[in-house]
Amino acid sequence: MPKTLGKIRPHLTQNESLLFELSHPGKTGYQLPELDVPAVDAAEALGGENVRTEIEHFPEVSEVEVIRHFTRLSTWNYGIDLGLFPLGSCTMKYNPRINEAVARIEGLAWAHPYQPESLSQGAMEIAAVLEQYLGEIFGMDAVTLQPAAGAHGEYTGIMLVRAYLESQGNPRKKVLVPDSAHGTNPATAIIAGYEVATLKSNEQGMIDPAVLEAAVDDTVAAMMITNPNTVGVFEENIVKIAGILHAKGAQVYMDGANLNALVGVARPGDFGIDVLHSNLHKTFSTPHGGGGPGAGAVGVKSHLEPFLPTPRLRQANGQWTWDYNCPQSIGRVRAYYGNFGVLVRALAYIMAHGGPGLRNATLDALLNANYLRAKLAPYFQIAYNAPSMHECVFEDTRQESKGVRTGDIAKRLIDYGFHPYTVSFPMIVHGALMIEPTETESKQELDAFCESLIAIANEIDTDPEMVKHAPYMTRTSRVDEVTAARKPIVRWKP
Amino acid sequence: MLDACGLKSLDDLYSHLPAEALFPRSLDIPAGKSEYEISDYFKQQAAKNANGYASFLGAGVYAHYRPVLCDVVVSRGEFLTSYTPYQAEIAQGTLTTIFEFQTMVCQLTGMEVANASMYDGSTAVPEAAMMAARVTGRHKFLVASNLHPEYREVLDTAARNAQLHVEPFGYDSKTGTIDIAGLESKLDKDIACVILQSPNFFGIVENIKQASELAHKHGALLVVVFSEAVSLGLVEPPRDADIVVGELQSFAISPSYGGPFAGIIATKEKYMRQIPGRLVGETKDADGNRAFCLTLSTREQHIRREKATSNICTNQALIALMATVFMSVYGKQGLRELAEQNLAKAHYLAKGLDLPFSGPFFNEFVARPKGRTPEEANAALLEKKIIGGLPLGRFFPELKDSLLLCATEMSKRADIDAVKEVLL
Ligand SMILES: Cc1ncc(COP(=O)(O)O)c(C=O)c1O
Repeated sequence: MPKTLGKIRPHLTQNESLLFELSHPGKTGYQLPELDVPAVDAAEALGGENVRTEIEHFPEVSEVEVIRHFTRLSTWNYGIDLGLFPLGSCTMKYNPRINEAVARIEGLAWAHPYQPESLSQGAMEIAAVLEQYLGEIFGMDAVTLQPAAGAHGEYTGIMLVRAYLESQGNPRKKVLVPDSAHGTNPATAIIAGYEVATLKSNEQGMIDPAVLEAAVDDTVAAMMITNPNTVGVFEENIVKIAGILHAKGAQVYMDGANLNALVGVARPGDFGIDVLHSNLHKTFSTPHGGGGPGAGAVGVKSHLEPFLPTPRLRQANGQWTWDYNCPQSIGRVRAYYGNFGVLVRALAYIMAHGGPGLRNATLDALLNANYLRAKLAPYFQIAYNAPSMHECVFEDTRQESKGVRTGDIAKRLIDYGFHPYTVSFPMIVHGALMIEPTETESKQELDAFCESLIAIANEIDTDPEMVKHAPYMTRTSRVDEVTAARKPIVRWKP
Repeated sequence: MLDACGLKSLDDLYSHLPAEALFPRSLDIPAGKSEYEISDYFKQQAAKNANGYASFLGAGVYAHYRPVLCDVVVSRGEFLTSYTPYQAEIAQGTLTTIFEFQTMVCQLTGMEVANASMYDGSTAVPEAAMMAARVTGRHKFLVASNLHPEYREVLDTAARNAQLHVEPFGYDSKTGTIDIAGLESKLDKDIACVILQSPNFFGIVENIKQASELAHKHGALLVVVFSEAVSLGLVEPPRDADIVVGELQSFAISPSYGGPFAGIIATKEKYMRQIPGRLVGETKDADGNRAFCLTLSTREQHIRREKATSNICTNQALIALMATVFMSVYGKQGLRELAEQNLAKAHYLAKGLDLPFSGPFFNEFVARPKGRTPEEANAALLEKKIIGGLPLGRFFPELKDSLLLCATEMSKRADIDAVKEVLL
């Protein structure tokens, strides 16, 4: 093996056992102050049968072992701080650290959700300003910040649709979902009590108004539309599509996971959307942290506002207050007021950019995606000819002829020092390579990425077998996911 | 770069959008601010919140000391800026910590399988209820009225939309624990699960064994909820439950005005395939080394779509990592001592106060201020820079004369004494 490949050169990483294997009886890493009140006998206070003898096999390690353990494990990870993370549909942009700093300011981080409103005005103001800015960005009349993630926002949105239609006399039965949709869309419709009808996309990867027209009737409650859609294409007929749905009394839900393509350029509220969610952890830069936390703000047009989750933020006599008197509300979707710490980060991001800066970020995101598309198109088959927005989607047809699939190319890309693109999604694309660079990447990083993918395309021509067994440069070689699922071991046992 | 794209200007990037979809003006959001200005803005907002107050609020969100290591670890860019670990070869750090998290959640709760996290304790409750409905094929949930009221509201919202039925059962007005006779009278063959919290919303430890025997006698599952994870350092875990859901906010997660927190769901091995959300499993890499990866994903929305066990995708990974570090720092001995300190502080605070309930409590309890309403008592405490308890009338009209008070290892004796003075 050569020592350098792409931007990679291997370096030493430490092996590390699981905490349970590191444990030794009696080792500790904690400190507690001396108890300044009389000790209480647990058995006496709680009843002997209610007191556990010990937490069997719980870790017993020292402080230095804890820090080394997690630091060693961290070095086995890839993150945006190490380089391009072009996961399509995930908007892996740089996470400004000022956001982390402000979320930890004591008066915010230690605010208890039940402390008096008079002592929570700052937190409430932050939420109110964010609601206002998001409303402006979405083109929507009202916003709730309660949902904890994108899927939770979808769920909230579809429940709003149900409540609204119910108030009109009939909640209806079905939700339409394009076959290109993210899995959370159909899953959401089901848990919100609807049936799902899947709509076939046309040869451009878009919703076909004629197919839609034939599918909509008065049993359809809503259609869930991702725009730009999951192939990175703006639904060019969106206004017409919304018109078709509205004419039949159906609501238009937008999955705003791809809002990074639109901020400051086009507003969902202006092109016919009734309700949308935005993944604040994507468009508004809060770090993904290995899979969360997120926030799934939901924006609505005024006809849906009375149904928003309780409580609602209101202002009276210059003071912010939570209004629990929302008789038409769908109720709560989460305890308290949402993932407030994530909301702080999103507001910090919006303030840092300002209106013009947000639009510039959008244009840069579009430029970066189109640049990648132009550079890679000679080597990989673009899935659809329609113009790309913030991401570009290729299929693996050319490489498949050599027996190499998108998943293999992804693993080989790791050897070159990049996190892979999104693999095999959307499902309507044959072996999808879904690439979203975001606006925060430099031309240098994009060029290095293209050079790597092009080098892999060449490797596939000359040595496909080698590519099929990648990665080679990682400390962990290809992980056997099949065995993991066949014989699940989901916890450590002594 | 525009040249490479065959474009003349940045505006060409979106010129194909239908004209009526384009936003004709600029966003009405002030121009971008510098790091200093942003920091200053949020400090000013923070200054309008409570600062420098001692607090005796619990009710699902607890003030516990956060060991410094927790922020040190989650601030590492390799953890902070990574994504869901779908590419196992470059995500072994995250995957290993989740496997440890799942294991520790099992050890804490007495269950056999735990997932990688839920959004929070409140949203984990309907997930458990839906899971019980799938397992039993039944459609009714019996819910204790001393479950956290906001958890209950979240369950009600979910059940209403899924056309499932929630039926409350009461609590014993003497002990504050669930009304066992009331529960028994409502159990029948339509009940998918019984849902109760322990320590319950009043801070009182429930008799899980008794409830589980009753539920199982009628073919229903028992779902046990917790909101104060520190209690599990000392209190017997709900081993007789079928599903345990709860909130790990107590484990190094700052109150943060209500979130982000980390929920858990844990169950018996036989229900593993019905559990919602992500699961990490152990396997090997091509060279035979131990490795971890996401597994059993045929339960999940990205594979199963409308047949998935849940729609959850993004969870609370980084927060779960914070809790994992917390559990590692405290460890077996520390978590117990921490729980003992909480018990001692709360019992010291409670001593001599007028307590309407006789059930055994951990670190929070219900008390009636003498000669004042809860609101008056809190107002008097605020003058001493103390935030008192939660007035319960808002959720329980029959307890409008009472406060829910919590003391933790961070409650100082002098502040506790000051509270007692006002309440006695
Ligand atoms: C198109 C799309 N919709 C919905 C979601 C779900 O969002 P979340 O993971 O925040 O629940 C995602 C991302 O994962 C997505 O890419």
